[in-house]
Amino acid sequence: MKTLVYINSDNGISKSSLEVVTYAKKLGGEVVVVSGGNSSDLARLGEYGASKVIVDRAVVNGDEQQITKLIAFAAETENAEIIVFSHELTAKAVAPRLSVKLKAGLISGAIALPDLSSGFSCKVNVFSGKAFGVVTVNTAKKIISLLPNSVQPEITGAACSVEEISSNAGASAVKIIATKKPEGNIPLPEAELVVSAGRGLKGPENWGIVEDLATALGAATACSRPVADIGWRPHHEHVGQTGVAIRPNLYIAAGISGAIQHLAGVNGSKVIVVINTDAEAPFFKAADYGILGDAFEVLPKFTEAVKKFNASK
Amino acid sequence: MKILVCISKSPDTTSKIAFSEGNTKFDENGVQYIVNPYDEWYALVRALEIKEAQGGNVTIITVGNVADEAIIRKALAIGADDAVRIDAEPTDAYFTAIQIADYAKKNAFDLVLTGKETINYNGSQVGGMIAEVLEVPFVSLATKLDVNGSTLTLEQDIVGGVQVVEVSLPAVVSCAKGMAEQRIPNMRGIMAARTKPMQIVEPIACDLFTTYSSYILPEAKKACKMIDPNNMDELVQLLHTEAKVI
Repeated sequence: MKTLVYINSDNGISKSSLEVVTYAKKLGGEVVVVSGGNSSDLARLGEYGASKVIVDRAVVNGDEQQITKLIAFAAETENAEIIVFSHELTAKAVAPRLSVKLKAGLISGAIALPDLSSGFSCKVNVFSGKAFGVVTVNTAKKIISLLPNSVQPEITGAACSVEEISSNAGASAVKIIATKKPEGNIPLPEAELVVSAGRGLKGPENWGIVEDLATALGAATACSRPVADIGWRPHHEHVGQTGVAIRPNLYIAAGISGAIQHLAGVNGSKVIVVINTDAEAPFFKAADYGILGDAFEVLPKFTEAVKKFNASK
Repeated sequence: MKILVCISKSPDTTSKIAFSEGNTKFDENGVQYIVNPYDEWYALVRALEIKEAQGGNVTIITVGNVADEAIIRKALAIGADDAVRIDAEPTDAYFTAIQIADYAKKNAFDLVLTGKETINYNGSQVGGMIAEVLEVPFVSLATKLDVNGSTLTLEQDIVGGVQVVEVSLPAVVSCAKGMAEQRIPNMRGIMAARTKPMQIVEPIACDLFTTYSSYILPEAKKACKMIDPNNMDELVQLLHTEAKVI
């Protein structure tokens, strides 16, 4: 059995890329990674389990049709049985196309390794995180799109070879006009710790205390929908049903009431801490730890306590 | 411009999620179905805005049974011109996509729109599959869509930023938040929806790539542990030693 892993290497090797390579290694067979673009950092994917990396430098990682052709080409030449993606924008565009092209059943939003005891089944998130489903794939080839933060990257080997290939992916029908590149901070979908705040913070000028806690923890920042809608925070920070769905190890929510639409984006978090002045805030029902208090007082104290903890380590 | 908008039913956001028959079926008892919000608020409304600006026709399509005609009427009330129901259970994304792609191919649409995902299965699969069958470009999770002649200009949220792309029609686009605002149907729309044409189409034969074999409800959360706001050291210690997340 051979597994092919696609990664987008345009902004360096992301944590979610290391996760999917580790996941593929745990499937048991040989792992081959495929990518486009100009990254010079691909050999270290061998440390996480890849036996080799094949790269088509002519293929742009943001280009969905070219990537579909590249992966289909690689799947055929490598005779791969399973293809693994990280369940992000590129995967959401490419994996369904590839499913049709290769006649391979697609498991979207997988959160665990497949169960092979009767057929090929995998646990996925359904009902916006309110339940799990077990999806069985009926086709010989399979595609798995893995939710970020479902496995932790593990170093198991040494650097591997990188082969440059030409997949003849051709010109693309999708033209990328402009890209605002990610900034230096931690991308929200793959952050392990997240500090989030809502309307309770009263204005964008008060976000300093949120950022201070995030910095002390090494966390990413997020926000609720109303805060993004009125422009206090950028849209890509909005977590919830219509924004980004995240599943960090720790989600800290200050001044967010916890409407069901917000919970749909964060209920996969392993631990939730809620800070709110309203004892009736629905978020307390979904929380592991609650602090009934004013975010303006609690957040700075929380930050001080984290700093003290960091200093004692 | 001929636009096809794919709609799916989904349980109302506030529905209690439960399963029956040994956790193999979604328990529909007491569940109110709505048009999947991404399909309605973003795909359908943007299609109507394009039609209002430059003329054309907006057809909605769903794969579902007779009971799903309620959500079809709702979409017609919001403003779609006509509707198609493929008479089958949408059990698998590939099956669903094949049915819609077959209809789209026979009826030559310029633009096919879907929501970014359904709020029940969250698969984000059908749009890309339709595009592959039709051999046309697909843009996923678009937050903005403008039409200039036969060119579409779209924006997509990428991690930490925005990407602007251009494709030529025909194309398939999945629509996310930002593209349009929800519209509430008015009484005139609701009345008109009753007489708008709805075509019922027999499904074509197609294999199922995947099957949902069972469902699992998450374990109930333990009661929230309340911490004294003046004792953040205790919280940090609990996060370290009990929750083991820092």
